[in-house]
Amino acid sequence: MSTESVSDGPSATPYLTINNIEVIYDHVILVLKGVSMSVPKGGIVALLGANGAGKSTTLKSISNLLRAERGDVTKGSIEFKGARVDQMTPNDLVKRGVVQVMEGRHCFGHLTIEENLLTGAYTRRASRSDIRNSLDLVYNYFPRLRERRGSQAGYTSGGEQQMCAIGRAIMANPEMVLLDEPSMGLAPQIVEEIFEIVKDLNAKEQVSFLLAEQNTMVALRYADFGYILENGRIVMEGEAKELADNEDVKEFYLGLSGEGRKSFREVKHYRRRKRWLS
Amino acid sequence: MQFFLEVLIGGLLSGVLYSLVALGFVLIFKASGVFNFAQGAMVFFAALTFVGFTEVLPGWTGLEAGGTAVFWLAFVLALASMVVLGIATEKIVLRPLVNQPPITLFMATIGLTYLVEGIAQGIWGANVRGLDLGIEDVPIEYMLEQHNILISTFDLFAALLAGLLVGSLALFFQYTKVGRALRAVADDHQAALSIGIPLQHIWAIVWGVAGFVALVAGLIWGARNGVQFALTFTALKALPVLILGGFTSVPGAIVGGLIIGASEKLAEVYVGPFVGGGIESWFPYVLALLFLLVRPEGLFGERHIDRV
Repeated sequence: MSTESVSDGPSATPYLTINNIEVIYDHVILVLKGVSMSVPKGGIVALLGANGAGKSTTLKSISNLLRAERGDVTKGSIEFKGARVDQMTPNDLVKRGVVQVMEGRHCFGHLTIEENLLTGAYTRRASRSDIRNSLDLVYNYFPRLRERRGSQAGYTSGGEQQMCAIGRAIMANPEMVLLDEPSMGLAPQIVEEIFEIVKDLNAKEQVSFLLAEQNTMVALRYADFGYILENGRIVMEGEAKELADNEDVKEFYLGLSGEGRKSFREVKHYRRRKRWLS
Repeated sequence: MQFFLEVLIGGLLSGVLYSLVALGFVLIFKASGVFNFAQGAMVFFAALTFVGFTEVLPGWTGLEAGGTAVFWLAFVLALASMVVLGIATEKIVLRPLVNQPPITLFMATIGLTYLVEGIAQGIWGANVRGLDLGIEDVPIEYMLEQHNILISTFDLFAALLAGLLVGSLALFFQYTKVGRALRAVADDHQAALSIGIPLQHIWAIVWGVAGFVALVAGLIWGARNGVQFALTFTALKALPVLILGGFTSVPGAIVGGLIIGASEKLAEVYVGPFVGGGIESWFPYVLALLFLLVRPEGLFGERHIDRV
């Protein structure tokens, strides 16, 4: 089982650390069975795994959105910059600089793009001009949003909605963004575009990212470090490059093995036989 | 023609009062997804509390009964009670029910209706009282002399007041940070939570505002028809208004109210004689039913945005 040590991120000071958390939904369904991981300041960390592995649950237990879904962190602790955050309200956490972009985008459909972005700044006690500057910043990273600023978010495309959701989180002036499945349902080109912007935000605005992804290939290309989650446990962790080169990862998540692409049938069959945990 | 105009204007002015009650429903429904059946009871509670205070205050404070000081003091106290009632409802009744299906919340508000009515009558007694806002219900002389149209000063005053209230609420929703957050919460609770909007804070604000709207509606209705239990039923007239205007739209509540007010009066005068009269009380519901067939989301209701 993995411990909470991070080998070597951009900096070694503890930033976001998750210590052996267990999450139970509805008092009966055990979803996370002792997950430990950490995100260094200024890093991009990918959390990978199949459907139902517990990626979203991990993110939600950090952002404290779990309770709204009757989930509860029953064991372990979560620390951000040295302070326990597991019992905080999402509001307090956003004020401390951690914002989640939820899976499935969740834009406010009847608000315009610009209004969506402005709601992101709700927790800030900032002057009008500061908010204006943030808005310009977001528009500079996402020029498409500037074009669509007056349209109702519900009528924009999936890619634009994803950009809107990320932009909205950036409006809170966060230190860290938890990004849940940003590639969901988007064309590969748009996915690239969004990941490029994430990388840019990370480099220029010093925003750290923890991203949950099923799209292993893309995620590992942009992340520095990766964790692989299966059945509520972390089964593997390592530098993004190492993971991308790892034969098991290739086979399990990319459908590739030593002799190249396999037929879908074989992969499925093989997968069922070989698992890290069962 | 003059008669037609007179009926039309009278109808529109009373329609504004329906809008006022409908507004209370819309506010809460929009922000918390709860259809607050107790809105009518809140209107009744507000009017009764106000009248109750105007009766007891002179005895407590020695102020002159019926004076301006008593009026405003009673208004402030009634407003405070309404805000407290609203926030208490949110905290005690609805918060434990967060994440429950809408029908559960709806049932809870039905129960709340009886509770609020009971508490109001338990404290202030159940007899019918008059409420005097100091505006006489006389025709406007100018209109009567120049155009021979009868328009009540009181109705006009009530309409202006309601218009002012509605206008400022619309501005509040559209242009302020809190208003925007309210609309955001109405759209998607979870997303609002994820960007740090404190839901319970927002809900408390909404219920407080709904309490304020109920007070204004209660005062005007009470002054018109007397403060009595029947006040809770006039609030039911807000339902067809909502169906016409849409459950989630502030402008819808206004336009719906105007349409219902005008059409019920016109129907009474022009259609009533052929069917034996007295259709004013049910005509709005029939109108609402027809409307449901044609445009179920209402005139201004938010259409479900589906991506295809």
